[in-house]
Amino acid sequence: MTSLLTFPKGGVHPPESKKLTADLAIEVMPVPDELEIILGQHIGAPCTPTLEKQAEVREGDMIGEVKKGLGVPLHAPVAGKIKSFGMSAHPMRVSAPSMTILTDKEAAPRTYTKIEWSHLDSKQLLAKVHGAGIVGIGGAGFPSHVKLSPPPSNPIDTLILNGAECEPYITADHRQMLERSADIVEGAKIILKILSIKNCFIGIENNKPDAIAAMTEAAENGSTSEFAIKVQPLQVKYPQGSEKQLIQSITGRKVPGFALPSAVGVVVHNVSTTAAIYDAVALEKPLYEKVMTISGKGIKRQANLRVKVGTKISDIVDYLGGVTPELAKIVMGGPMMGFAVSSLDIPVTKTTSSVLFLAADEIDTTPHSQCIRCGWCLEACPMGLEPKEIAIHVEAGRPQDTKQFGVFECFECGCCAYVCPAKRPLVQFIRLAKMKATN
Amino acid sequence: MTQAPQHGLWKVSVSPHVRSNESVEKIMWTVVACLVPPLVLSVFIFGIQTLIITAVSVISCVAMEAISQKLLGRRVTIKDGSAVITGMLLAFVIPPGVPYLLPVLGAVMAIYIGKHLLGGIGYNIFNPALLARAFLLATFPVAMTSSWLSPLKLQDSSIFHYMGTTIDAVSTATPLAVLKAKGMAAVIETFGAAPNIYTDFFLGWRPGCIGETSGLLIILGGLYLIYRGYITWHIPVSVLATIALLTWAFGGDTTFSGDPLLAILSGGALLGAFFMATDYVSSPTNKISKLVYGIGIGALTVLIRLKGGYPEGVCYAILLMNPVSSVLDNWFKPIRFAPPLPPQGGGK
Ligand code: SF4
Ligand code: SF4
Repeated sequence: MTSLLTFPKGGVHPPESKKLTADLAIEVMPVPDELEIILGQHIGAPCTPTLEKQAEVREGDMIGEVKKGLGVPLHAPVAGKIKSFGMSAHPMRVSAPSMTILTDKEAAPRTYTKIEWSHLDSKQLLAKVHGAGIVGIGGAGFPSHVKLSPPPSNPIDTLILNGAECEPYITADHRQMLERSADIVEGAKIILKILSIKNCFIGIENNKPDAIAAMTEAAENGSTSEFAIKVQPLQVKYPQGSEKQLIQSITGRKVPGFALPSAVGVVVHNVSTTAAIYDAVALEKPLYEKVMTISGKGIKRQANLRVKVGTKISDIVDYLGGVTPELAKIVMGGPMMGFAVSSLDIPVTKTTSSVLFLAADEIDTTPHSQCIRCGWCLEACPMGLEPKEIAIHVEAGRPQDTKQFGVFECFECGCCAYVCPAKRPLVQFIRLAKMKATN
Repeated sequence: MTQAPQHGLWKVSVSPHVRSNESVEKIMWTVVACLVPPLVLSVFIFGIQTLIITAVSVISCVAMEAISQKLLGRRVTIKDGSAVITGMLLAFVIPPGVPYLLPVLGAVMAIYIGKHLLGGIGYNIFNPALLARAFLLATFPVAMTSSWLSPLKLQDSSIFHYMGTTIDAVSTATPLAVLKAKGMAAVIETFGAAPNIYTDFFLGWRPGCIGETSGLLIILGGLYLIYRGYITWHIPVSVLATIALLTWAFGGDTTFSGDPLLAILSGGALLGAFFMATDYVSSPTNKISKLVYGIGIGALTVLIRLKGGYPEGVCYAILLMNPVSSVLDNWFKPIRFAPPLPPQGGGK
């Protein structure tokens, strides 16, 4: 077995809490009566609806397009009728424009058949990825076709598939790697072909030995003289799945601050995004379903679910039997970087990978105290920043002076706040600093 | 259908939503626990007196913490254990035979002036216990330098041996004071020759403060703190290595003839290195500054011991280095993962 790699500086080991859902196969959630589809699903321009109110749609039809700027089209997750246009609750933006589709319960789910893609060239493949509305499934939802067209000044030599899934609780990528290993490997080949390169590494944290085994087998079956695909087991350490840390772990290269991975010749895609790229090209199926982990002690039943984009959290809660009395906090995303939400009306978007229903004993509510200068946050920061100094400057009313401590290099991984024994909300201070600091 | 929370509001806050189970309280009380074994041993060495002095010091410090925080309108945090540590450390660095008034005055100095008037926990640039010791040494020079007790011979005296006796009748001199005044020959005459002197000192059977007697227990306590990740090896190792090296080089009659082992085992060097110099608030936060800080403390200790007016130098060395901590942290910044590339094409 290959030796375990990791990044050298910083990182933490939060309790994994993945046992709750790791062994649960992906389950298809029944389609709810109506879906609320947010028009701006990801970073970049929001979509303009292409259909009028009352229009009939079939599953997979395009319902929104991007006229200009960075963006991808949007597709109907179900067959039905466009009921209305309005505003939906949104975890980060409070509310966002959306359209509501009334599900046609009678319509049979659309089926897709595999097509041969090997004769298509890079441009044609890229157009399929764009046309299917693929965005990065893990984080901010960067449109995938943009990542796949790096500037010619940065020659790419390596593709990395991110299967680290380092956030506690979340097992969606884990399940996809077990249940769709061959599809992911074929998706990798599509990406390699688009980039005209040969080498792909699949980085997986060592706490998922079954996924490592399944992906290794699939990678061996899938590798040819044209495509070299290799699984690289990684040490378990948060934030192993952060792009910069992952690239450093596997290739030893350091992406400079504010630069993209292409600056060091690497393109990174999440394994679930890669599965979506396979769907887009080999099945010609657009992205309108999400595999999500629903976990935590605050929900009656934990699960890995395949849901339609636009499903509201409240529908998921109802399907899983409701919340428990212990529920104290609802988080969209992982516990280290996710957003706490105060409403169940929020619809799932292409980038939602989990909803956690955390009980009081799973979160920390100790009030924070003054910094005791233990220096633990400095040790924990994978970016080599000084979170304690940033926080002290913000508290002292000098957020504008925090650039010297690297505030703009911070990607809000939360390691510093996780270790702080004084329970200081360091990420919160950092966000304030970013708003006020002069770059 | 939306379910409203039936039990009040759900919590909303900025990520991360999970936190490690470490806390200031846990750290502080662990340090207290590490200081208990040397305290217990000191009762067997010097009698119940040490326990009384420690109790007076701890109670005064905790009371002072509460009073200062009330006076200054701050949240009262006596449960966090930090005043208890200050109290114990203060008792550990004064002679066991001093009048009870001294630890009380020391507590006022340590907690009110040294800690709270300088800004409270996190902002006190000096180690409060050491500041108090320096103050007591300046105001009560006689009591602070002569109230040493000879170790009890347990077979012929109980731990209550020194109760009620006057200090003059029992006081003795510490090894470093003897060394400074009369030289190595006198030390051997008073405390025995190698290797017995080393084992006695290592186990604690010699005159001194509570905290400087048992090297073994202090080291074990310090190692436990390192094992738990509460302190790192950088400061203790650099302090002790520097003291040993410089004493060996310059501490003898000729170059390279000093006694490094005796230097480390006496004068509170171990307590200072493991428990005082590593105090979070008054020491630097990153590894390189910690090493430089430790070397500074070691060098100043040897300088004071050899050239200054006091036989023991750790206390002053640490106090002198305390304000340098933040300067060091400013010099030795953590290494950034990958800072932004300089803007291209714009010349220098
Ligand atoms: S949140 Fe920012 S400052 Fe804190 S550890 Fe992560 S990168 Fe460093
Ligand atoms: S971890 Fe918390 S208490 Fe320690 S230095 Fe950082 S901010 Fe201060």
